[in-house]
Amino acid sequence: MTRSPLTLLAEALADRTVECIDLTNTLSPDFPVIVLPAEFGQCAPFRMEKVSRYDDNGPAWYWNNISMNEHTGTHFDAPAHWVTGKDLPSNTVDAVPAQDFVAPAVVIDISNEAAADADFVLTRAFLEDWEAQHGEIPKRHWIALRTDWYKRVGTPDYLNLKEDGAHSPGPDGRAMEFLVHERDCVGLAVETVGTDAGQAFHFNPPLPAHSILHGNGRYGLQCLTNLDKLPTFGAMIIACPLKIEGGSGSPLRVIALVERTPA
Amino acid sequence: MGLQSPYEGVAICAPTTVPYVRFSPESAHWWAGAALQSLAQTTGLGPADIDGFCFASFSAAPDTVVGMVQHLGLSPRWMDHIPTGGASGVMALRRAARAVQCGDAEVVACVAADTNQIDSYRQTLAGFSRFSQDATYPYGFGGPNATFALITGNFMRQFGVTRETFGKLCVAQRQNALSNPLALMKTPLTLDQYMSARPISDPVHLFDCVMPCAGAEAFLVTTPEKAEELGLSSARVLATIERHNAFTEDSVQFRGGWERDREALWQRAGCVPEDMHCVQVYDDYPVIVAMQLADLGFCEKPDLTDFIAANDFTIPGSLPLNTNGGQLSAGQAGAAGGFQNLTEGLRQILRCPLGDQVPEAARALVSGFGLVNYDRGVCTGAAVLERQALR
Amino acid sequence: MTEPLPIPKRKDPLKRSRFGLVPPGLRSRAASEMATFAAQGRFVLQSCDRCRSITYPPRDRCPSCWGTLTWADQDRGARIEAVTTIRHSTDNFFRNHMPWRIGTARLDAGPVAIVHLHGEVQQGDRVRMTLRLDRGGNPALFAVPQKETPNMQDDPQLRCFTADPKHRRVLVTDGRTAIGQAIARALLKAGAQTVFLGDADPLMRYPGKAEIEAQEGIEPVSLNLTDSGSVQELAAQLGGRVDIVVNTAGFVRPGGVAFGAKLSDLQATFDLGAVGLARLAQGFAPAMSARSDDGVNSAAAFLDIVPVSGLSGQSGYAGAAASAAARLSLMSGLRGEMQQSGIRVLSVLTGPVDDDWHQDLPQPKVAPGQLARAVVHALTEGQGITCAGDVAKDLFARWQANPLLTMREENR
Repeated sequence: MTRSPLTLLAEALADRTVECIDLTNTLSPDFPVIVLPAEFGQCAPFRMEKVSRYDDNGPAWYWNNISMNEHTGTHFDAPAHWVTGKDLPSNTVDAVPAQDFVAPAVVIDISNEAAADADFVLTRAFLEDWEAQHGEIPKRHWIALRTDWYKRVGTPDYLNLKEDGAHSPGPDGRAMEFLVHERDCVGLAVETVGTDAGQAFHFNPPLPAHSILHGNGRYGLQCLTNLDKLPTFGAMIIACPLKIEGGSGSPLRVIALVERTPA
Repeated sequence: MGLQSPYEGVAICAPTTVPYVRFSPESAHWWAGAALQSLAQTTGLGPADIDGFCFASFSAAPDTVVGMVQHLGLSPRWMDHIPTGGASGVMALRRAARAVQCGDAEVVACVAADTNQIDSYRQTLAGFSRFSQDATYPYGFGGPNATFALITGNFMRQFGVTRETFGKLCVAQRQNALSNPLALMKTPLTLDQYMSARPISDPVHLFDCVMPCAGAEAFLVTTPEKAEELGLSSARVLATIERHNAFTEDSVQFRGGWERDREALWQRAGCVPEDMHCVQVYDDYPVIVAMQLADLGFCEKPDLTDFIAANDFTIPGSLPLNTNGGQLSAGQAGAAGGFQNLTEGLRQILRCPLGDQVPEAARALVSGFGLVNYDRGVCTGAAVLERQALR
Repeated sequence: MTEPLPIPKRKDPLKRSRFGLVPPGLRSRAASEMATFAAQGRFVLQSCDRCRSITYPPRDRCPSCWGTLTWADQDRGARIEAVTTIRHSTDNFFRNHMPWRIGTARLDAGPVAIVHLHGEVQQGDRVRMTLRLDRGGNPALFAVPQKETPNMQDDPQLRCFTADPKHRRVLVTDGRTAIGQAIARALLKAGAQTVFLGDADPLMRYPGKAEIEAQEGIEPVSLNLTDSGSVQELAAQLGGRVDIVVNTAGFVRPGGVAFGAKLSDLQATFDLGAVGLARLAQGFAPAMSARSDDGVNSAAAFLDIVPVSGLSGQSGYAGAAASAAARLSLMSGLRGEMQQSGIRVLSVLTGPVDDDWHQDLPQPKVAPGQLARAVVHALTEGQGITCAGDVAKDLFARWQANPLLTMREENR
């Protein structure tokens, strides 16, 4: 009897030939959120107020009220997040097809470049070089941009905010056009606080990742961690945003299934 | 202002003292009942025989004379409540005497009773009066000691009186107390001890202060005929005065209402200070004793030092003063402290003292001073009593 | 001159802190009304509406003509007629502070008053009268020397009526602004031993950070009033060492109610201004209450800087004004709660400050230095309500005269 793919997966999970890697940062009040110019509305950080903890407000139970922005902590961007995706069908988190919550990833490692230059820009040329080395980026994959930026969490270097704005790596417009239209990516998954580079407001077109991803019904995953633990090909990302009615995005738990070759 | 009408057909008798204790768990009601019981023992009168009731207390709350009447089973046709502390004895006498004189009542029991429970002194102070609660006690909460310290210091400065002069009064009163078995202070006091006592609120030192305690005092006001029928010795009232809130213009109190009315007192009494065989004045602090001696006409204030030096205030002395020891040595039982001067004056002229007898005593001056509502005593009063009949 | 206060030693861990008692608190309604003027540092007595005679203690009718009475500012001159040093009291607060000096003052305004005395004041002296709040929030007359003398504020009896920062440790909740920094500097200059300077976002630089953090006496701390955990954590660290809290945090954005408003701004201003104030109080007030009378550096005051628009509302800044109103209300509640513990609860009312969020408002605006002076004044005088700047003074005066009219004037 042939065993079904899911049975095989279950066995692999059980014997640890498939491992789950947690790609999520801990939601805490001091986890940084994106900073916009002060005259714009701001992203609310994560907040937690105790309701009871085995006390007079609830003798046997512990629970908290929490609040945050849809884009706080490790989070998912739906197409409706950006003006370019405002008229697309199924563009909010409650309407995104569940099928898209599980998708393979290809990991593009720009950690050395980002370490050398916080403003490193991912270009089409870089991607073409990368494909020449590693092979073509498969269709319907998350493009996971490994920058090792997650190692800066808890330091001022994570947002890396200077007087002229934030400085963190990200793609330019042509790279995004390439990934969306020629490689049909599911979305862009990054360790930085946004899918766009820190200085992307000054790009032409500005904020190309947001603009092009969401204008074409693709997604963003931000504030990921542990992308350095994933293989270049073969990881399966499970990222299920909360089903917020009309929501533009959502904090979420992101995990990756990774095959481990036996030692 | 015309002369006060004479007190005719009035007899004061049966001075009664319920022995004081430092602290008592009992209520003012209990002490008032004890005073009436003691009065009944002396007079043979029961609740039905008493048709007038005059009551003074600080610690009977929430009751007034009304609650007390029902509590103690009286059915008087005349009653009064005297909330004036140190002036309450003279004021009770004035009111009861006129009630009897006019036939509103025939047998008036005048009773002052106060308890002293642990911490009740502090509580009494904290809510003593509106002005003291707002404007005196939050200023260091020295109680009357602090207020009278201000008065004493000012008086000493203004009239050149020293502590030694006040000390002589306190030492003499202690000497008088030693013969009184009911006095709380039972050991002699020397001037050295007085001078070296610990300071309480400068310049007031320990022996300038009374000891709060529980106790009750009472006397009977009736007609001479009734007194005779009951076989009681009695005294008559020669004259009385009363004045409240006098001399508001004085920055610090250095005189009391007596000064305004003393002429009327002596004129009505038909005698002079020197005719008094004993003087029972309110003595919460020695400065008030000195103030009364001057305000009632014994000497002028600048002469107080010489006057006090020249006189002997013990029982056999030239001017027997507070012959039971006064509150300074016998104890201050709240409002009963305002009756003590009256009962002791009465005892001396009726020849039934608690301690030693003033020789040949037939006339007594009784003076009251009460209620430090704010920065000074508000109520003053005095009475001149004379023996009527000994039985 | 007054002996300078000794620098407090570290606490002996075997010693129980002295219990933070307050003087007797029972007062008439008239005396309570006097407290509202004491809170403003005004010296008032009652004046008869008919015969103009001045009276004291607080009465409900004129003793000269039985007319009605109104509190009015009076000449501060007086002469001390009599003095006593109280060495024994049945009240536990005063027992802990014996000896205590009081006097009889003949006020130039007329009446005689029993007053607290500064240590340098003697019988016969001409003095300057002050009307203050005692530790229980009740009005108290305090006579001080006519002219400022060296270390005058260090008088131990006077110090019971102030929250003087000298030798005390102060938490300034938000040091990221020019205002917070100016206040921190002013407190150090006024003798504060340490200023714990709050930073809501230690990972994010702010203007002046390097300079202020380099200053001796400044200890940067992480404190975000919108984060309960952050407040609790700092309170756990500093609770027993903070003597004065100065809340400089606030979130002001322009906006109306129905027009030109952002609800997220409204939420932010309430969360930081009002809820944040409550978080701060819950974190620090209990520990402060427990040590309100334990020596030179006893816990003394909880001070909040709040827009004066909280009294009236303000067109164009409706949300900020509403949040300020909530803060004032919470401070009133806190004042009531702290009355039994001897911690002063003080509000400094400010007009629009000269910052990024009031660029379009006309002058005069409150400069950081002005606000810092008001804070130091409020603490050294123990004053319940202090206006910083002319706008606050003007609005507060109008509001006292006619609150409903002021609300109309400020909202059109």
